[in-house]
Amino acid sequence: MQIEASGLSVERGGRVIFAGLGFRLGAGEALAVKGPNGSGKSTLLRALAGLLPLAAGQIALTPETEARRGELCHYIGHADALKPALSLIENLAFSAALLGGQDVERAIGRLGLAAVADLPAAYLSAGQKRRAALARLVAVQRPFWLLDEPLTALDAASQTVIGELMQAHLAVGGLIVAATHAPLPVTARELVLGRAA
Amino acid sequence: MSQSPQLNPQDSRKARPAPLRALLLRDLRIGRRIGGAVSMGVVFFLCLVTITPFAVGPDQALLARIGPAILWIAALLATLLGLDRLLQADAEDGSLDLFLTSETPLELIVLVKSLAHWLLTGLPLVAASPIFGLMLGLAPAELPRVVASLLVGTPALTLLGAIGAALTVSLRRGGLLLAVLILPLAVPVLIFGVAAAGDPIVGFKTPFLILCGLTLAAVALTPFAAAAALRHGAE
Repeated sequence: MQIEASGLSVERGGRVIFAGLGFRLGAGEALAVKGPNGSGKSTLLRALAGLLPLAAGQIALTPETEARRGELCHYIGHADALKPALSLIENLAFSAALLGGQDVERAIGRLGLAAVADLPAAYLSAGQKRRAALARLVAVQRPFWLLDEPLTALDAASQTVIGELMQAHLAVGGLIVAATHAPLPVTARELVLGRAA
Repeated sequence: MSQSPQLNPQDSRKARPAPLRALLLRDLRIGRRIGGAVSMGVVFFLCLVTITPFAVGPDQALLARIGPAILWIAALLATLLGLDRLLQADAEDGSLDLFLTSETPLELIVLVKSLAHWLLTGLPLVAASPIFGLMLGLAPAELPRVVASLLVGTPALTLLGAIGAALTVSLRRGGLLLAVLILPLAVPVLIFGVAAAGDPIVGFKTPFLILCGLTLAAVALTPFAAAAALRHGAE
């Protein structure tokens, strides 16, 4: 699978966030989106996931599929999409059922969350919540990962695990676009967004 | 390698837990854990029914005559009470992004969320209404009409409210705006609901059947309106 984006432009509230952005990403490639705060990294990821409309430009997936782009994506944004009242395993089982995956146990083991799986998400630390959100990557198989600051709040061991997961995903032909300030743990091309005033 | 079965989403379609059932169970579980959702509506209902006789005066015949209308107004307001959180919580914590990247249509997700909300808030009101009817001096023989009209009519109120919840999803204090947006739409339901509950002239059957029709129309149409509002609100 590969993705080609050209002439992307997104406006929010009448303000142009970025314009004329393009890149091409082939199977097994990663793209690190860099740039200062407010340069539109998160906006780009949301637009790629189909959560924001494009003001101009197009995104083409090859081979073409009938699925909407969002159905092929894992979008892991700043919000962890965890319900504080539900336990971690209930949260993950729900997102897996919704997104169409079933490897919940394996995901919890892989991210080292087995000890806290039965705790309500309200009692988890920031890093544990982040890991719970990233566990969706393992629980549900999707080819196109959109990760917004994936390494924030993670300890060194977890960063290593995420690095291994990303490496394995690329090895089977997956695609990753990650907005990040820290260097990614995999080899990635860079797309630097400027600040337009 | 790009044709690896691991990355083909089609393969995982077999034998996976139904997303809509999972959503229904999740919302019911959250409602039960957090608590308050069930009791808040019923207590509010009880407050309105309790203070009305003090406002109207101790004329039992009058109370019995306006009883069905009071019960319906109380049910309408109690339904509106918790509706602003129907979709807002999911929008704030990122769950809405999950909904939008799932294969399940957003329309069905809104419908199932409304069903869960009605089971948590509407159904307890229906269950409590015979007792509150007696408190207002309704004749026991009239109670089945009240219960039947509320049972059929309150889902329409919740579904209409879902449109308002979707429109106000990004507003910090959208509750009042939601009420203003939804009340005009709820008026037909209120009219035929009260008529079915206790109008001595038109009888039960005609308004009840129209009420059924309104609810069925709400089931068929409001999820599309609410989903469109949600998609638009994502911009």
